[in-house]
Amino acid sequence: MKHTIAVIVENKPGVLTRISGLFSRRGFNIESLSVGATDNPAYSRMTISVEGDDVVLEQVVKQLSKLINVIRVSRLDPEESVERELAIIKVSANKDTRSEIMQIVSVFRARIIDVSPRSLIIEVTGDEKKVDALQQMLRQFGIKEMARTGKVSMVRGSKVVQAGP
Amino acid sequence: MVRMTGAEAIIECLRREGVEVIFGLPGGVLLPLYDALYSSELRHILVRHEQAAAHAADGYARATGRVGVCLATSGPGATNLVTGIATAYMDSVPIVAMTGQVNTGLIGKDAFQEADITGITMPITKHNYLIKSSRDIPRVFREAFYIARTGRPGPVLIDLPRDITVDELEFDYPEINLPGYNPSTKVHQLQIRRAAEVLMAAERPVIYAGGGVRYADAHEELFQLATRLNAPVTTTLMGMGCFPTDHPLSLGMLGMHGTKYANLAVQEADVLLAVGARFDDRVTGKIASFAPKARIIHIDVDAAEIGKNVRVDIPIVGDAKIALTELLKHVQQRPWTEWNEKILMWKKEYPLRYTRDENVIKPQFVIEKICELCPDAIIVTEVGQNQMWAAQFFKHKHPRKFITSGGLGTMGYGFPAAIGAKVGRPECEVIDIAGDGSFQMNIQELATAVVNDIPVKIAILNNGVLGMVRQWQTLFFGRRYSHTTLGDVPDFVKVAEAYGALGLRATKPSEVEDVLKEGLASDRPTVMDFIVHRDEKVSPMVPAGASLSEILELDS
Repeated sequence: MKHTIAVIVENKPGVLTRISGLFSRRGFNIESLSVGATDNPAYSRMTISVEGDDVVLEQVVKQLSKLINVIRVSRLDPEESVERELAIIKVSANKDTRSEIMQIVSVFRARIIDVSPRSLIIEVTGDEKKVDALQQMLRQFGIKEMARTGKVSMVRGSKVVQAGP
Repeated sequence: MVRMTGAEAIIECLRREGVEVIFGLPGGVLLPLYDALYSSELRHILVRHEQAAAHAADGYARATGRVGVCLATSGPGATNLVTGIATAYMDSVPIVAMTGQVNTGLIGKDAFQEADITGITMPITKHNYLIKSSRDIPRVFREAFYIARTGRPGPVLIDLPRDITVDELEFDYPEINLPGYNPSTKVHQLQIRRAAEVLMAAERPVIYAGGGVRYADAHEELFQLATRLNAPVTTTLMGMGCFPTDHPLSLGMLGMHGTKYANLAVQEADVLLAVGARFDDRVTGKIASFAPKARIIHIDVDAAEIGKNVRVDIPIVGDAKIALTELLKHVQQRPWTEWNEKILMWKKEYPLRYTRDENVIKPQFVIEKICELCPDAIIVTEVGQNQMWAAQFFKHKHPRKFITSGGLGTMGYGFPAAIGAKVGRPECEVIDIAGDGSFQMNIQELATAVVNDIPVKIAILNNGVLGMVRQWQTLFFGRRYSHTTLGDVPDFVKVAEAYGALGLRATKPSEVEDVLKEGLASDRPTVMDFIVHRDEKVSPMVPAGASLSEILELDS
């Protein structure tokens, strides 16, 4: 089973190594990991997608919580959270295929951010499934290059995951 | 605020943390720090190999309950500490390891004697630091000592680039501010009450106590709880001494080389109260069939230990002393029952035993004699058969008086740890029960003991082989003794004498007592070489991966 956890960490050198090292040492599988700033420059937020049963997830949360630089660990219930991922995809395109690609892009509410005689760069935001689906549709034209951010996630409503109490 | 160099600030931090001794060995990048040490009042014990500095700090910490400190130079000095740090990590021992590092400007350039020691020790420290500015020295040292000794204790490493020890700073010792570190002290009252109910209703309760009882100084509370419930107590190797082994409720040690009655009791128990123990594979045997009839209550200061290896019915996160004190408020005196009688019967039926011999020294006999002559000694062990016999045949009565590498199983640990223990507790007799294999791994520390006048006693159970591995080869590999024979070298008496220590030898059972008496009476570091039979086995034994119910009694 796939789980998503949000981790608030101190913005210090080596923190990412401590976390990735912990995952490999304890045999936990990371599906994706994304890191970015928070509103407070002292802290960063990681969204980690991890594969495993409930026992594994509980160990992941407890072991992460033990790290001195980890301020908070929260499990995010997928039913009650919004998840987004951004991908940019470079696809082969010529005058015969360009309009078809543009139609697909429009159906997915994605955007074209670069055009050249032989390729397009497409930007898409959405949950993992949507990005996967677009990727699948574009494969027939030839995906030359792709960069995905890994997902970020947040609980719906007024509940928050932050450093303070 | 006072202006001083980084090196002076480090000395000041150590003074403020109450450090009285450092085990270390200097090197190039540490010259400024050693220069500051030269004019300080801190005691420094010069070891002959950095590994011994880490083990000595560890032995000091286990014997005293204070934080042990070791110091090594950059590169090879730092990497030589690694085994000692890993040993301390596995057994939750509070040490602060300081390492030299190349100048900050050279880090990452593969400079002379550079090693990424914070990277290397990340998985074997509770936390570690690379200080990049002398201004951070006071904060980092204060945090390091706090982290090492609180919660579940453990080693913390501080890497000290040379330039930060030379640069000046305004010394200010800041308050601890660690938002990500909140060691739990309070316990969950509802869980305590549930645990008390389950314990009061139990028909066949067993208490399984580990090193956490020792670190929390909770042995008195454990004793009160056990006697009030009339619940038999088994301890892990790390918990030896937390419950007196000569008490009628004592089951001794459990697990692979535990007593048969401890293992039977655990397998029959309907309630198992685990306190400060972590269900290690050497304790549980085959995990699926461990304590199959028991509801499990688990008290541990480290939440991550609960549910890690076994399913737990009542988890209680918290310090063992606090949890047991709370639990005592909710339990009343329970009678002596059939269960207690059954256990007494098992104890009579399956005692720890060995075959005595008139002509050949039995290692178990040596340990019984040590116990008889010096029952209050601090016993330190190496790893292997010597360690198991010391656990089984010494009558452990006091916490912090049995010091052994349990989790990592580090051969070569015992002798330097004994040096550390003796430095911390000079009023106690400290005896390292060794094997000839293990002792040779840090034998050079005889120089440290002699030069610094640290009169530890080493009792070598000398069988000329790597005995525990040989035992497995005998039992499971068709007596094919692949590379486990060490031979009759060296002559340990001559080695002792060469270092200026006292060397004694016994080759017959009749000589054992005299050698021990002479060795224990000596005020010098003393090596006692007991020539024992190479095929004496540690018994009983649960084969690796088997259930505790499948315990074998082995003939010697």
